[in-house]
Amino acid sequence: MAEQTEQATKTTVTVVLDGREIEANPGELVIAAAERNGVYIPRFCYHPRMRPVGMCRMCIVEIDSGRGPALQPSCMLPVAEGMKVDTQSALTKKAQDGVLEFLLINHPLDCPVCDKGGECPLQDQTLAFGPGETRFVEEKRHFEKPIPISELVYLDRERCVLCDRCTRFAKEVAGDPLISFIDRGNHTQVNTFPDDPFSSYFSGNTVQLCPVGALLARPYRFRARPWDLDQVESTCTACAFGCRVALQSSANRLVRKLGVDVDPVNQGWTCDKGRFDFEAVNSDDRLGTPLVRSTAGPVNGNGGSPVDLAPTSWSEAWDRVIEGIGRARLRPGPESIAVLGGARLTNEDAYAWSKLARSVLATDSVDAQLGDGLPAEVVVGLPRASIDAACAAETVLLLAPDLKEELPVLYLRLRQAVVDGGLNLVEVSPVATGMTPYATVSVRYRPGEAAEVVRALVSGDGGVGAGGQSDAMRRAGELLRKGSLVCVLGRPSLAERAQPIAAAAAAVLDALPATTFLSALRRANVHGALDMGLAPGILPGRVSLDEGRRWFAEAWPAVPASRGLDAEGIIAAAAEGRVACLILLGADPLADFPDRSLARRALAGAGFVIAVDSFLTASSRRADVVLPAATYGEKGGTTTNIEGRVSRLHQKITAPGTARPDWMIAAELAWRLGGDLGFGSEDEVWDEIERLAPSHHGLTRARLASAEGFDGLLAGGVAEVGDHDAPPTMSGADAPGIQGPLGHTKDDSLATTGMGHDVHPDPQAGAEPAGAPAGVARAEAAAGAGGSGYADGDTPGEVERDADAVERSVEAEGSGRSGAFRPSGGGGDRGSTPQRPSPLRWSLVEPPPSPPPLDRYSLRLVSARKLYDDGTLVQNSPSLVPLAPGARIRVNPADLSPLGVVAGSKLQVSSSQGRVVLEAAPDPAVPQGSAVVAFNQPGPGAADLIDSTQPVTEVRIETLSGASGPTP
Amino acid sequence: MSRLSPDNEELARTIIGRYPRSRSALIPLLHVAQEQEGWVSRDAMAHIAELLGITPAEVLGTCSFYGMFKLEPVGRYVVGVCTNISCLLLGGEELLEHCEARLGVKAGATTDDGMFTLEDVECIAACTDAPCLQVNYRYFLNITHDQVDALFDDLRAGRRTDEVPVHGTLTRVRQHVAPERWSGHGAEGLPLPPGQAR
Ligand code: SF4
Ligand code: SF4
Ligand code: FES
Ligand code: FES
Repeated sequence: MAEQTEQATKTTVTVVLDGREIEANPGELVIAAAERNGVYIPRFCYHPRMRPVGMCRMCIVEIDSGRGPALQPSCMLPVAEGMKVDTQSALTKKAQDGVLEFLLINHPLDCPVCDKGGECPLQDQTLAFGPGETRFVEEKRHFEKPIPISELVYLDRERCVLCDRCTRFAKEVAGDPLISFIDRGNHTQVNTFPDDPFSSYFSGNTVQLCPVGALLARPYRFRARPWDLDQVESTCTACAFGCRVALQSSANRLVRKLGVDVDPVNQGWTCDKGRFDFEAVNSDDRLGTPLVRSTAGPVNGNGGSPVDLAPTSWSEAWDRVIEGIGRARLRPGPESIAVLGGARLTNEDAYAWSKLARSVLATDSVDAQLGDGLPAEVVVGLPRASIDAACAAETVLLLAPDLKEELPVLYLRLRQAVVDGGLNLVEVSPVATGMTPYATVSVRYRPGEAAEVVRALVSGDGGVGAGGQSDAMRRAGELLRKGSLVCVLGRPSLAERAQPIAAAAAAVLDALPATTFLSALRRANVHGALDMGLAPGILPGRVSLDEGRRWFAEAWPAVPASRGLDAEGIIAAAAEGRVACLILLGADPLADFPDRSLARRALAGAGFVIAVDSFLTASSRRADVVLPAATYGEKGGTTTNIEGRVSRLHQKITAPGTARPDWMIAAELAWRLGGDLGFGSEDEVWDEIERLAPSHHGLTRARLASAEGFDGLLAGGVAEVGDHDAPPTMSGADAPGIQGPLGHTKDDSLATTGMGHDVHPDPQAGAEPAGAPAGVARAEAAAGAGGSGYADGDTPGEVERDADAVERSVEAEGSGRSGAFRPSGGGGDRGSTPQRPSPLRWSLVEPPPSPPPLDRYSLRLVSARKLYDDGTLVQNSPSLVPLAPGARIRVNPADLSPLGVVAGSKLQVSSSQGRVVLEAAPDPAVPQGSAVVAFNQPGPGAADLIDSTQPVTEVRIETLSGASGPTP
Repeated sequence: MSRLSPDNEELARTIIGRYPRSRSALIPLLHVAQEQEGWVSRDAMAHIAELLGITPAEVLGTCSFYGMFKLEPVGRYVVGVCTNISCLLLGGEELLEHCEARLGVKAGATTDDGMFTLEDVECIAACTDAPCLQVNYRYFLNITHDQVDALFDDLRAGRRTDEVPVHGTLTRVRQHVAPERWSGHGAEGLPLPPGQAR
């Protein structure tokens, strides 16, 4: 009876694997089921993240499905009840031997000069499963030795085993089928179309995927041998998506970054910028010593040049800093000291600076964004969705810049959700983006009018919208109301203000209250920085200044009395000479603030400028003191991605000279100013964050370092979406590839090729409310826990316990320099222990400015970033520099033809802020009446035109000979 | 080297319209391109990619898979001599050598006057009449060296054009299928193959 029940409810398939019964999942491929059960079947073409193709035949094993044993490719065959698989039989071994002998017929065996040698699945599998010798004596096929197929990738066709991994990746995963099998039979080769390079943003993945040394990365070629490499696991911070990566170094230089498969985030992939930006870390232009402006040099801002900045010692630099801050402190008012930037820092760095600014510098004028994102309250205070939740939603509303350019692997994830999962994508944008081909419906809005269009969409009022889109509007409206909705929210264009986007988000939330949001802000750890309170009016842990004042006043020396200025406010105040001391935390407002002329005036007008940076940027060149900061790969800590996932960073190399982590600089500055931040290591900073920041409560170091933390942990009680298409678990033991210390407690290995994947923790194990859809968990959390909004709740008892912990820690550290927290009510003169503050919830306060009436003589500017730009990372990575496309102005041909302008001719573009000459690019995909100029490309460009005080920047175009347009 | 002519572009659009997925029209369009120029040029492939919304690399991948699509210009007459087993045993290789000597080019090359391209081909399924060859995919069975000489002379002199049309794959398709049975080609308004009356 019991047996019968078991039979009836059995959800697995029993397979006999090498004489032992195993349980496999229905539909699972034999090769995957075997691997999960500790049996590694050799393979070349099979990859768990791509469709099986059965190209290489390496995985054939003897399988008996009831009709007698036969050799079958285990990567093409799903398990079946009672199936017998023999991976060790004489026939299997003979077949493996034969397949390898065939594969080697045309293989050049130039292992000694091949990058892959030492980590090559062909080498490893030949050794393990192949023949000792070849019988082939004829001439092998020959091809020109490596040919560049893009700026970043070389292809050696002689080494190719035609496994179809790179080509499948390009087509299925990246959606850029620019490489293909060409010719047939013995002549088959992988190649591009002549003169049409494999210029995919994801090309580097194919190098990692290739099971032989046929695809080579230009930045790594001939740089190192795998056995000389040392590696740690870390998280990419080139954008805010947070791809998990392995950082590999040789002789204290980073030489390679590889994608690591983390199911809820990057699933093994990276973009090329993230993969190759390590070159910047190694750059000779890194700052290794403090610089001070020589007193003889021109005063700050007026044409300061690097010559005027002289290297000095830290102590002299500190003297200058203390003097500058001291003078600023004499100036009354909240604007006297302001801190800009911090989005490139770790959470620990950001927290340290946030605490320093609030409690020692006594300013709330801090902002991690540079006026190029969204209001911090919006990002912090909207209900959140995870990346998985967005991919699993019925519909995603995309109100963001081009994800392919700004968050490339988010683009991959959403693209895959559309192509394979049937996700409905509603795109609302001023121009077409890389996502447009995958959008179920695209709605274009006129720059500045996003709020109106979104309001009409969600209210089902199809009449509005730019130019006769009522059909698209109606369909989009239907999709938004169809089921679960996630809104991916960012700043579609820097030439229009952020308020209309915030108003659009408010409209969505108003009409469809179950909507959750995924931020599309792109800069490194901007979400971590906001979570750590690097924004005016926000304290660490996503609480408002007012809400959190009491709680933080217990632990911090001081908390500002009133809200400070945001980046726009700081820059405007500095331009008017009202900022006595401006601190730039890895921020380059001259490059990143939308309105360059205002930023220029701000840097000139600020009394004293301190830059904490790893490079001399356009802005830090104008500082009075530059303090060298350690950067990526040179420090540990944690970072937070777009969904609020906290994951660990690891140090791999030492910083140049005396450069040091930003938190250390903050701590020393506090100390020199007579304060004390109370921590002496990154770990101590994190412990304080975990104790004090409500949204990070419970994210202990122990949890982050455990198997559960392998994928990172979501802050703020956002639930993981449980069973999101997890890849088969794979044993690291048999997997070829580098095995090395990962600074991780879990027994994992990194496969450089995806041959054997790194071990995956069970996605269910230990995750926060596992399996519960985000919406449900959120609702429960809101219902319980006194409306705190956090799933882990804040019962008074727990708060008490935590307060005790704070006290204990103070007692423990009381005598030391740290003295992390003043005891709450230590002298008995305070009231009850404050409650852990509840999270900030954003709601729209001020209506957005309405755009000016349409002017038929001018075009509305749209400006967003490209993946490769004039930013520090790209410009200091020699391999990436040539990839920045440069600034051009894209305009609808109908707006250009009255001027008689053809592609490539020069146009004078002017706005209220300035005029620049740009190359014209007629583009029918740009709606009439708009003009698109990429932001922050080398040379003059969009930032010289954007007027950040206007709801939307309007430009006029004229030919250099004077014809202007568009004409009526 | 050129893109599809306006007429052929229109034809291409008609053909694309017949398929639920436009990329299914890839091979028919390659035929159109080859008919236009006698071979499939890069520009034509890029144009086809544009029309189908796929990448030129994908077009090249498919095009280069099929030996009957020519990626370089070929002669007016493409001569394929079978050297597979049955023909080999009955003088196929000698036949190929004879053709090489007669035309003055090696297999794989085109005569200077652009009249003939000589190819060494695998079994063309006419083993019962080995040795054999084909000219623009018209069969010449049990052929002797003298007959080969005569055939080449005739073609060079512009004779036997009814028997062997000039190179262009579609030509063959149209010649052997009655117009009413063409898979859409030859329907109203579509161009007829050379030498064909409706
Ligand atoms: S280049 Fe590498 S990945 Fe691509 S088919 Fe050849 S062996 Fe496979
Ligand atoms: S998508 Fe972002 S996080 Fe991922 S590799 Fe690229 S830059 Fe790094
Ligand atoms: S055929 Fe199965 S791994 Fe290649
Ligand atoms: S062998 Fe020549 S036709 Fe078959």
